[in-house]
Parts: sequence; C-alpha cells; structure tokens
Amino acid sequence: MVYCSPWLTEQSFFKEDFTPAHADKFLFNLAPGIAMFVALITGAAIPWGGTLHLFGTDYALQIADLNIGILYISGVVSIGVYGIMLGGWASNNKFALLGAIRASSQMISYEIGMGIAIIAIVMMSGSLSLDEIVRQQAGFHWNIFYQPIGFLIFITCAFAECNRTPFDLPECEQELVGGYHTEYSSMKLGFFMFSEYVNMFISSALMASLYFGGYNMPFIDQLGLPQNVLTLLGTAFLFAKIFFFIFFFMWIRWTIPRFRYDQLMHLGWKVLMPLAIVNMLLTGGAILLKNGL
Amino acid sequence: MLLTNRSKVVSKKEMTLSEKLYLPAIATGLGITLKHFFQKKATFSYPEVQREFAPVFRGRHVLKRDDQGAERCTACGLCAVACPAEAITMIAAERKRGEEHLYREEKYAEKYEINMLRCIFCGLCEEACPKEAIFLTDRITTAEYHRDTFIYGKDKLVEPIDQRVDVSLRGKPSGRD
Ligand code: SF4
Ligand code: SF4
Repeated sequence: MVYCSPWLTEQSFFKEDFTPAHADKFLFNLAPGIAMFVALITGAAIPWGGTLHLFGTDYALQIADLNIGILYISGVVSIGVYGIMLGGWASNNKFALLGAIRASSQMISYEIGMGIAIIAIVMMSGSLSLDEIVRQQAGFHWNIFYQPIGFLIFITCAFAECNRTPFDLPECEQELVGGYHTEYSSMKLGFFMFSEYVNMFISSALMASLYFGGYNMPFIDQLGLPQNVLTLLGTAFLFAKIFFFIFFFMWIRWTIPRFRYDQLMHLGWKVLMPLAIVNMLLTGGAILLKNGL
Repeated sequence: MLLTNRSKVVSKKEMTLSEKLYLPAIATGLGITLKHFFQKKATFSYPEVQREFAPVFRGRHVLKRDDQGAERCTACGLCAVACPAEAITMIAAERKRGEEHLYREEKYAEKYEINMLRCIFCGLCEEACPKEAIFLTDRITTAEYHRDTFIYGKDKLVEPIDQRVDVSLRGKPSGRD
C-alpha cells in the first residue's frame, strides 16, 4: 500500500492527527504504540555480527545474547497482533474491525507453520540461542541446504506475518478501504506503516540468520584477515543478505496478486502446517539415523 | 454463431500437481517482473518530462485575435449551439466608436465562458465558428482546487497580444483545408 519513505514522512508529520468521535480514545492511541514497540524490540535478540575487540575489551554485536532467542522472538511477534487487533477494534468502524479480524486470524494461523518450521532448525542445532545457531553455520554449512522445505514454509509464513502481498488481506483497499488502519491518520498511521517495515526488516534478518548463515561469509577465514575486519565484513555481509530479502519482499509484491481469504486459510492450515510437521518428522528421523539410532 | 473470433473456451480442468504447488508459476512471474525491471520505462516523471502529444490532440481553447490584435469573435453563438456538452455561454455587446482596434466585428462577446468540467474537447466549437475565432490548442487544462476556477472566462481564453498562440501546431481543423 505504501511505497516510499518521503511519502511516509509527509504522511506522518504534516497531516492532521484525527481521532474519530466514537473511537475508544485510550486503546485507539495505544494500538500503534504496541505495534511499533513490539516490532522494534525483536531486534534485540538478533546477532548482527561477531565480536569486536576494541581497546582490550570484547564487544559482541548483539544487544542481548538470550539463550532462548528464538522463543523470545516468536513470543514477541505474536504480541504484535494485539496492536493490530486493538487498533481495528478501538476505531469503531466495521472495515477496521473486519481488517483486524482478518489480521489476527491470519497471523495466528501462520504462526503455527512458522513455529514448526523453526523447531526443525532448533532440533538440528540443539540450541535456542540465535548466536549459537549462526555460529554453527560457519563455513558453508548454511541451513538452507539441509532445510529447503523448512525455509520455504518459513518465508511464506513471514510474508503472512508481515501482512505483505500476497497475504495483505488485513488492509486490502478494494474491500476494506484500508483495513485495520482505516481510521488512522498522521503519525499513528505512520507507526502502523513503519512497524510493518520494521517487521519486514526483522524477518529478513531472521531468515538470513536461521537459514543463510547470518554474519558468516563462506571461505573468508582463508584470507587471514584480523578479527575486527572479519567481524565488520561479516556484519556487512549480513546486511547484504537482509537487503536481498527486503528486495525479495518487494519483488513478490510487484508480482503476485492477493490471495482469496479461503485460499489463505487453506494454505495455512491444510498445506503449510502438515508440510511443516512432515518436515519436522523427517528432520528428526535424519538426526536419529546420523546418531546411529 | 461466433460474432468475433476472440471468445475463448473456458476449461475447468483439475490443476496438475505443479500448478497446485504454485511455485513454478511464482518463479515464472518473478522472472517476468525482473525482466521488466531492466526494460525501458513506460512512464515519464511529469512535469519535468512531458509526453509528446499526437498531432490531433485537442486541448485547452484559445480565442484568437487578428493580425491587428483585435478579437475575432463576433458573439454569433454558433459555437454554443454546436457544443454537445453545453459548455459555452456568452453575452454579446455592441462595439462602441473608438473600439475598432479591440474588436474586429461590430458585435463582440462581452463575456465568454467555457466550463472546462463540461467540455469534452470534441472540437465542434472550432468547426462551427465562421470567424476562425476559437481553436483548440495543444495546451492542457490544468488541475484546480475549486470548481469555479474551471469556468474559463475571457481572461484565460483570449490570447494575449504579445504571446500569440500557434494553432497550426495541431494541424488543420477537420473540414477545412
Ligand atoms: S470542444 Fe466540444 S464540448 Fe468543448 S466547448 Fe467546444 S464544442 Fe463544447
Ligand atoms: S467563437 Fe466563433 S462561433 Fe463562437 S460566438 Fe465567437 S464567432 Fe461565433
């Protein structure tokens, strides 16, 4: 729906901030805040790079190396639905409410497939810490080679979680005017829009970390570079991957039209979830075989 | 009986497995998008770049003056009668002594208005005019904020003496040679 940042800035700062008379004022103001807050705090658990050694101290390029990083992220992401749900409900507008209902059912449905796809990764690496998972992919042992189906499920669910095309039913203009943010204007609309972008960035970072080796670059160790340069190069490489995924998000947006609602539910519950479970079972079987039963 | 050859028989066959997977179709689609990404763009960044108009383009009207700078229109009303959209209204007045340099004929249009929201740019006013006073030009009618400002009076329609509007750019009006 929204394409460029000048538009966003203009929309956010120079427009009248309007609150509808029948809206629930408190929740109406709270919802964009929740959406934005939840989108931003996910970044804390993502490892943006290795360690920098400066002036005798080691600095890890990760805000918090949680040992349950993945659990934290999927937990926080599922809170994100509250922002949208409250926003749509508090607007007291039927289009907004319909958009919010669609958004919440869609996000809940696709979280399941996503969660099970991640479980396969966790089973392989034996750790819930994102940094640990990234470190295990050093060299060229990227998880994408072992979990192609899992990645496919994950990326599809990521599209649905971020409400991007082809799953942008919560805000589809033709049916719902603007969906859950129909009544929003100015900076609050800006917050909703911006949280969508942040979510897109975070899921790109997650895809890069979980499946594409995060900050690891293949064959970089053989160059014999100092540790700090390696770390910075790794961060740059992670951002290159993230930018590619963001481009992919846009690329899909330019290409694929929106799903119908029943197709969306069909895909989520009857295709992606069973596929994810099969993928998990196969991974479990492979691990068993490798460890000699 | 087929009226045209363009009708297609719709088939409602079951989708094959590869079609059900969506993935091959998505990959093809992404390829097409990427191909267009590198092709010449069909759009212009207006107003910095403007598209060339076709020679037959009919845009905003002009009321012409003659070589001496007098208005050609004689308020005969034929354009208003010809206008299918009833966009033209005028009030006629008689030329006073000493106004010969302003108006070419003895009767002139004191007020002449075209409602640009009604006008369909058909060019029939141009064809109807016996005095070659009104022409449609290659200029465009700009967007406005209020409806009233779309009613163009003589201030906007009559060409300024020092900035003559070249009506030959559009080619000859139909029916004349
Ligand atoms: S161009 Fe056609 S519609 Fe417009 S004023 Fe002339 S006759 Fe009327
Ligand atoms: S523009 Fe031509 S047709 Fe219309 S009133 Fe004037 S002279 Fe007559």
